[in-house]
Amino acid sequence: MIKTEIAVIGGGPAGLCAAIEGTKAGAKVLVIDENSKPGGQLFKQIHKFFGSREHQAGVRGFQIGEKLLEQSRELEIEVWLNSEVCGLDSDKNLWVVRDKKESIKVIAERVIIATGAVENSIYFPGWDLPGVMGAGAAQTMININRVLPGKKVLMVGSGNVGVIVSYQLLQAGAEVVAVVDAAPKLGGYGVHTAKVCRAGVPFYTSHTILKAWGSECVEGAVIVRLDNSWNPVTGSEKFLDVDTICIATGLTPLSELAWMAGCKFEFIPELGGHVPLHDRFMETTVSGIYVAGDISGIEEASTAMDEGRIAGVNAAASLGYIDDDKRKKMTEKLWKRLNSLRCGPFGEKRKSSKDRLLTFRGEA
Amino acid sequence: MLRVENHVVLGKIQRGRKVTIIVDGEKVEVFEGEMIAAALMASGKKVFRYTKKHGKPRGVYCGIGRCTDCIMTVNGIPNVRTCITPVEDGMVIKTQRGLGEWRSDTGDD
Amino acid sequence: MTDTLKTLGYPSLDELKSTPGYPGEDIQKKGPVAIIECIEEIPCNPCETSCPAGAIKVGDPITNLPRLIANKCRGCGRCVAACPGLAIYIKDYTYSAEKALITFPYEYFPLPQKGDRVIAVNRRGKPVCEGEIMEVKLLGSYNKTPLVSMAYPREFFEEVVSIKRLEGEG
Ligand SMILES: Cc1cc2nc3c(=O)[nH]c(=O)nc-3n(C[C@H](O)[C@H](O)[C@H](O)COP(=O)(O)OP(=O)(O)OC[C@H]3O[C@@H](n4cnc5c(N)ncnc54)[C@H](O)[C@@H]3O)c2cc1C
Ligand code: SF4
Ligand code: SF4
Ligand code: FES
Repeated sequence: MIKTEIAVIGGGPAGLCAAIEGTKAGAKVLVIDENSKPGGQLFKQIHKFFGSREHQAGVRGFQIGEKLLEQSRELEIEVWLNSEVCGLDSDKNLWVVRDKKESIKVIAERVIIATGAVENSIYFPGWDLPGVMGAGAAQTMININRVLPGKKVLMVGSGNVGVIVSYQLLQAGAEVVAVVDAAPKLGGYGVHTAKVCRAGVPFYTSHTILKAWGSECVEGAVIVRLDNSWNPVTGSEKFLDVDTICIATGLTPLSELAWMAGCKFEFIPELGGHVPLHDRFMETTVSGIYVAGDISGIEEASTAMDEGRIAGVNAAASLGYIDDDKRKKMTEKLWKRLNSLRCGPFGEKRKSSKDRLLTFRGEA
Repeated sequence: MLRVENHVVLGKIQRGRKVTIIVDGEKVEVFEGEMIAAALMASGKKVFRYTKKHGKPRGVYCGIGRCTDCIMTVNGIPNVRTCITPVEDGMVIKTQRGLGEWRSDTGDD
Repeated sequence: MTDTLKTLGYPSLDELKSTPGYPGEDIQKKGPVAIIECIEEIPCNPCETSCPAGAIKVGDPITNLPRLIANKCRGCGRCVAACPGLAIYIKDYTYSAEKALITFPYEYFPLPQKGDRVIAVNRRGKPVCEGEIMEVKLLGSYNKTPLVSMAYPREFFEEVVSIKRLEGEG
């Protein structure tokens, strides 16, 4: 049995920033992550981030990751790797399995859940053939493991993850045969689609994958046009010669632990599904349990980091490490920074969904 | 060539020394420290196991240890998630059928 | 009016011309100038903060479209490397009597070499004409985004935005 003041579950951008703020304030923090290296999804993000200077615009994801790791080392934050949190209750008892064998109970005074998200699957004949994989899996393969999952790729989904990974597949030397999206409009930022487009990759809106074809693994795919009621138009089928099919149809918050602990949820499709209710300080409906990053609604790494900071500051403040005045000031500053990322036609939707979440706590 | 040797943003690939693993009885040269799934993919292997019920092929799906599609029998231990398990010299890896079987000896059959 | 950004993935000339970052024809033909193809209100402003001449204005909120103040632009290329969306390039119509020069970001290996004859492409990636590589530059401050300069026939001035990716390994 081990005691800590703040336990942070998940060492991605949200978790690391939460731990850094908590430690800076003076609290004893323990970060627990199931991987052999911290950083979550950051190290596979090799593109330059948007935003302004205070959001580290122009810096690439993996470079931000390196900075966070350096800072964590300097602050001597305790990080347990290869450690999976398998249980959490409302009294903030954590059940952790280390190195797949050793089971340890951790008792924390505050818990910050920053477990991230999982990629959504879609189902079509052949969806389970080897060669069909999440876009994030392909991103992990090329940018972390430095291996191409295939040479000719079909990307299903044109949101930012779909177009970013398409671009990164091109950079790694693959051919992207097509990007399809069932919606009549492309989802990702225009600057991302434009750079993939000028590399010669065709985009098909109102199209979806009908089936993957192959005996032992993907040897081709059939795409089809959808009519206004999203029904396949017979005769519009097109065969594509591909060996890999990447699925980029969205992410869902990884929220089992918050369910276990008894947090209340709300279903908000714009944020990826069921999201734990939380207030402006990122505290859930269970006192002392906070959330940050993708688990509190799917956004991006920049917003995850600032949410993590808010959670870290407020968890430490509730333990008495930061006085109320300073806590408010720090929180407001971070909110301002967050809101500057949540405006414009893309951010507005997320902001209004996030605001809706707050109204459930009577706080809008 | 499936390995991304040089990359405009990430630079030259950095890797461990060459080691040998045995995949379904065949020797394969890989690099120490890389994930089993990546090493197998680089060698062109895509089918990692066959399902229990219908014997359908499976390969890497999530790449981050969540979906268990990539499980194989490694050194006699079945159901090892190869996408998050690094290779070691002399590792014996087998395409898994169904739930696999525990074996105390790690040799081939 | 043809809008193509959200259906085909690239901005049409009509869409570009309605934004404050895309200079008018007279300005484009006067000499080297930054051309900004960023037409959606995304939260981003490194183009503004990277420009030493104050020639790009985003302001507050940072979702404002970048506006080019063309007479201040010296065509130095810093914004080209700084833009995370790879949405800016520099064109010089006056490069020579027959040829224009474009400097664009190019994040692929292998990189072209000075003197290479390459295929210039349009916004859809379709081949347009032949071009000649004049310079390939990668400063530390570019943070791993190489800038490529290519001379190409003036008649394709507005159409050309990049080159066909080269075959082979880095
Ligand atoms: C595969 C993938 C690729 C993505 N690519 C991009 C991209 O290119 N661009 C972009 O803008 N956004 C991308 N995203 C969105 C991305 O989620 C955010 O950018 C950002 O990484 C979210 O940060 P986070 O800290 O909330 O989660 P994460 O970065 O996912 O970190 C969560 C961490 O918690 C760990 N964890 C989860 N559960 C447990 C547990 N029970 N016990 C211990 N540890 C646990 C996870 O393994 C992980 O390390 C991607 C998401 C995914 C899933
Ligand atoms: S080319 Fe140079 S001067 Fe012109 S806008 Fe860009 S950074 Fe400013
Ligand atoms: S830096 Fe590039 S993507 Fe960002 S606002 Fe400026 S032009 Fe648009
Ligand atoms: S591919 Fe999903 S667990 Fe390995």
